[in-house]
Amino acid sequence: MRFYEYEAKALFARHGAPLLRGRLAHTAAEAKTIAAEIGGAVVLKSQVLTGGRMKAGGVKFADTPEQAETAATAILELEINGQKPRGVLVEQRAGVAQEYFAAVTWDGRRKLPVLVFSDMGGIDIEEVAETHPEHVAQVHLSTLVPFSPFKAKEAVAAVGVTGDDLTRLTPIVASLVEVFLRYDLTLAEINPLGKTTDGRFLVLDGHVDLEAEARDKHAKLLTELGIGKEETRQARPPTRFEIRGAEVDASDHRGVAGNVVEFDGDLGLVIGAGGGSLTLFDAIRKHGGRPANYCEIGGNPSVKKACELTKLILSKPGVKKIAVMMNVVSNTRVDIVARGVIKGCVESGRDPADTIAIFRIPGAWEDDGFKILGKYRVEYCDRTVSMFEAARRAVAKMQAA
Amino acid sequence: MNAMFIDVQVDAAVAADTALAKKLTEVCPVNIFAQEKDGRLRVVEENLDECVLCELCIQAAPAGSVRVIKLYEQ
Repeated sequence: MRFYEYEAKALFARHGAPLLRGRLAHTAAEAKTIAAEIGGAVVLKSQVLTGGRMKAGGVKFADTPEQAETAATAILELEINGQKPRGVLVEQRAGVAQEYFAAVTWDGRRKLPVLVFSDMGGIDIEEVAETHPEHVAQVHLSTLVPFSPFKAKEAVAAVGVTGDDLTRLTPIVASLVEVFLRYDLTLAEINPLGKTTDGRFLVLDGHVDLEAEARDKHAKLLTELGIGKEETRQARPPTRFEIRGAEVDASDHRGVAGNVVEFDGDLGLVIGAGGGSLTLFDAIRKHGGRPANYCEIGGNPSVKKACELTKLILSKPGVKKIAVMMNVVSNTRVDIVARGVIKGCVESGRDPADTIAIFRIPGAWEDDGFKILGKYRVEYCDRTVSMFEAARRAVAKMQAA
Repeated sequence: MNAMFIDVQVDAAVAADTALAKKLTEVCPVNIFAQEKDGRLRVVEENLDECVLCELCIQAAPAGSVRVIKLYEQ
């Protein structure tokens, strides 16, 4: 769940990060007032949850409050990558001598947080890592052993920063790590972290992504930052199909039938279990299939929940068949899911045998599950058929239809 | 085509026994049983397919008086 820049900065400020004077304006008149309060040159930045603001004209500079008002008018009307701005952040403009990059994110391969620091900030860090690897430091962090600011110092020093700069950068970078760990973030980034011409270090731009599953845990923080419960903060607004998917999941406490994402294909997917959703979705695409949706089922959803999810997927225009596939299940019961998806087909006026391209859920209660599937003449397979092969069979059936 | 997977049959004597009806209502984890206003047992048809085959109802009632039938085996 992504934060707007002004929210990310508010979070950083709580932990002592040095910021420029400024605040969010919702109107051009408000921007003018803020610019007058700041006095002198200001920068105005569109508050959108997408990149490319500068190129799109979403960042402007002004020397007077009147110029700030004009700039704010233009920014507030400007749509960037399909997003209207939440507002415009008006900040004091600082003369910057050098830009740094600091971020904490997850290293999926090491399964640890990683602190990345560079003395070449303000530009794409992947590009820096590619062209100037000696300017990028990576330090892995523990989620078990308490964090020590020395780790931040290690990362900063690794790119050759010494003396006063090292001493002053270290607490800023350390506070970024603390924010990341404390709030269950998936990304905490300051880019650029600027050194001004008068020798101060300042957070010039910030990015924060909160793990969506941690929303409830940090409800107080979100409320304090003004982030409403209804705000999903996804890459795009949820579709009606996705909203209905969330309603299906919320309708019953038993199990999960959620994270429904709409795609434009013709093969509906009822997938899940231990990373199975992502694996199976990719497998379908690898075999040339066109998924109509992504979803995650697990935790032993009720028959009603599996049924309603199936009905929702089958209600999507263009969906010809569904593939019901999971990794080997132990908690989720095969027979319960089988009942649900068959019921969903029948209640949608479809014959399960024609509609379910493949049912590949091995595991708990599979004997009963397979009896149910057999009765309704649904093609199924057990764990001797890999998920990859099951996906291939589903795609082949679609192509033959 | 219908999609019914489970049926539950209860002897009339058990259904009329309010103490047993209460017990059955309490033990079922998926609310297949309910009590009428007069305490008699009622089988909640719309919940039948949620049956998890735990057999708690079978254990709670006299032997053979409650029967859980897997329709897909017939």
